[in-house]
Amino acid sequence: MAFKNDEQAKAYWSENLSLMFKLLAIWFLVSFGFGILLVDVLNEISFFGFKLGFWFSQQGAIYTFVALIIVYAMKMNALDKKYGVDE
Amino acid sequence: MDVQTLTFLIVGLSFALYIGIAVWARAGSTKEFYVAGGGVHPFANGMATAADWMSAASFISMAGIISFAGYDGGVYLMGWTGGYVLLALCLAPYLRKFGKFTVPDFIGDRYYSQTARTVAVICAIFICFTYIAGQMRGVGVVFSRFLEVEIETGVYIGMVIVFFYAVLGGMKGITYTQVAQYCILVFAYLVPAVFLSLMMTGHVLPQTGFGATLADGSGMYLLDKLDGLSTELGFAQYTEGSKSMIDVFAITGALMVGTAGLPHVIVRFFTVPRVKDTRISAAWTLIFIAIVYTTAPALAGFARVNMVDTINGKDGAGTEYAQAPSWIKNWEKTGLITFNDKNGDGKMFYSAGKITDPASKNEIKIDRDIIVLATPEIADLPAWVIALVAAGGIAAALSTTAGLLLVISTSVSHDLLKRTFMPNISDKQELRAARLAAVVAITISAYFGINPPGFVASVVAFAFGLAASSFFPAIIMGIFSKTMNKEGAIAGMVSGILFTIGYIVYFKFISPDLNSAENWLFGISPEGIGLIGMVVNFVVAVAVQKVTKDIPAEVIEMVDSIRSPKGSSDAHAH
Repeated sequence: MAFKNDEQAKAYWSENLSLMFKLLAIWFLVSFGFGILLVDVLNEISFFGFKLGFWFSQQGAIYTFVALIIVYAMKMNALDKKYGVDE
Repeated sequence: MDVQTLTFLIVGLSFALYIGIAVWARAGSTKEFYVAGGGVHPFANGMATAADWMSAASFISMAGIISFAGYDGGVYLMGWTGGYVLLALCLAPYLRKFGKFTVPDFIGDRYYSQTARTVAVICAIFICFTYIAGQMRGVGVVFSRFLEVEIETGVYIGMVIVFFYAVLGGMKGITYTQVAQYCILVFAYLVPAVFLSLMMTGHVLPQTGFGATLADGSGMYLLDKLDGLSTELGFAQYTEGSKSMIDVFAITGALMVGTAGLPHVIVRFFTVPRVKDTRISAAWTLIFIAIVYTTAPALAGFARVNMVDTINGKDGAGTEYAQAPSWIKNWEKTGLITFNDKNGDGKMFYSAGKITDPASKNEIKIDRDIIVLATPEIADLPAWVIALVAAGGIAAALSTTAGLLLVISTSVSHDLLKRTFMPNISDKQELRAARLAAVVAITISAYFGINPPGFVASVVAFAFGLAASSFFPAIIMGIFSKTMNKEGAIAGMVSGILFTIGYIVYFKFISPDLNSAENWLFGISPEGIGLIGMVVNFVVAVAVQKVTKDIPAEVIEMVDSIRSPKGSSDAHAH
């Protein structure tokens, strides 16, 4: 354990979890939400020649996933610094 | 130069490169053999992981499946990439901090139990062999079509190459070879897609060309044309698909959690120096994967239009078989295209239905595995593109095979011998055992490659279902719960696996005739049942944990330590 005290460790962990759950909520929304559950509704909308729901399932979800992982890497590495647990 | 000479040349050069790298990166210790000494740069590790991840199934089969299934094929795109997000956010950084070599290592230590470790080893080995069987089929298809050698010879050549760099170089050799393989496979995948996109829509990027209007002067959107063709020929609309929503949901979910539990991919994150690098490396990996995965559906769409137009003719009345393009004759020889002139008019016609069914107009059966490989020929692209695609397909199959072989050999030498049966063996002996295990595993895989079990396609559902219902919940609870004990974890894994295996075996092997939506549990197909297996695992684990003993204090300390990123490089040298 490299935290100054238990409080620090708890605060770090809860910030970590909250970031993770926010990102997972977006993850669920673009794939299971837009790509599957809401696909019929979104398909009514045309998006650069694609039906929007279809586009999310075959393109949009993947772009969002990439963005999620990049945000996660940057924010977590910053969080490590803030709590002095970076290497 | 003709296609075959070019193919020999390009494939031969790529093999020479792999062997060269293997000789340069020989492994000297178990740590180098298992995790490349933990010293790989995140960017290079990202590429290697992407190559490891993208198997022959991704390269050869995925676009073909999407080409035939349209929207339904999206389950693979979202499932495989979405699972990667789970892996990067919920598993990889913690497992890296844990700092040992394998997934069974984590399960065994976290649940302080040899039984848990052994269950995990068995799952890992089973998943890996299932996967390898699929890779070998890919190698066989490429060799038999492009190099016109017997499938056996093709498999032997592939095995010798893998033997060289996996057995000599271990993870170190594999990692650097995979970097080269990624470059070859991504180039080979993009070139035909860009060519087609330019030809058909005038867009350089397949990702936008896919949604654009056709360049043939009709002003029609490509996807509208696809929808029109599909309905006309009796298929479901391309952009709608035919699977039920709950099944699409479950399959996507099972593929996601299954992917996140694949041992050969998890182990890749042990090869970078620090937890920070794990996160950065994961981001690079997904970028490299996304390049191929966003191109695949575009390629699928282009290939579909091209294929139907070539077979049925621009007027949709069928093309004379006597004037069939050479790719049809070439693939007929491999048995992956079959033509049955039902109405005897000498013309080929493609539509929905079986070619043996007199009620259907369909006269031509096309194996979906050939779409990616045949597309350059269908579109009349230059010979070097065809040769390049062959080299790319082989690169994809070999890189994944090597990663899987490493997990099998590590499981045997490290998890079974060192940690379970012979704790006193030296580093040198362990390394020798790892190499020996790799040789045995290669031999078994070669057998599967030459005598492919008829049920390869159905056992793939096993690999993901097993990983989803066993590893994923056990690892997640191991990291995020400080109360989950060994009784709960073992009961969860065993019940999750038994449920999933039972369901798949029942519908795939015992009563395949009942394998249809009305008999499925909640309308979920065997491909998607891993998601329910995962829920079973979680529920049973929590229930059992409530009525059994608390976990020991030192395990709670271990969980605390994997939650803090500092000190991963020390933790590594155990």
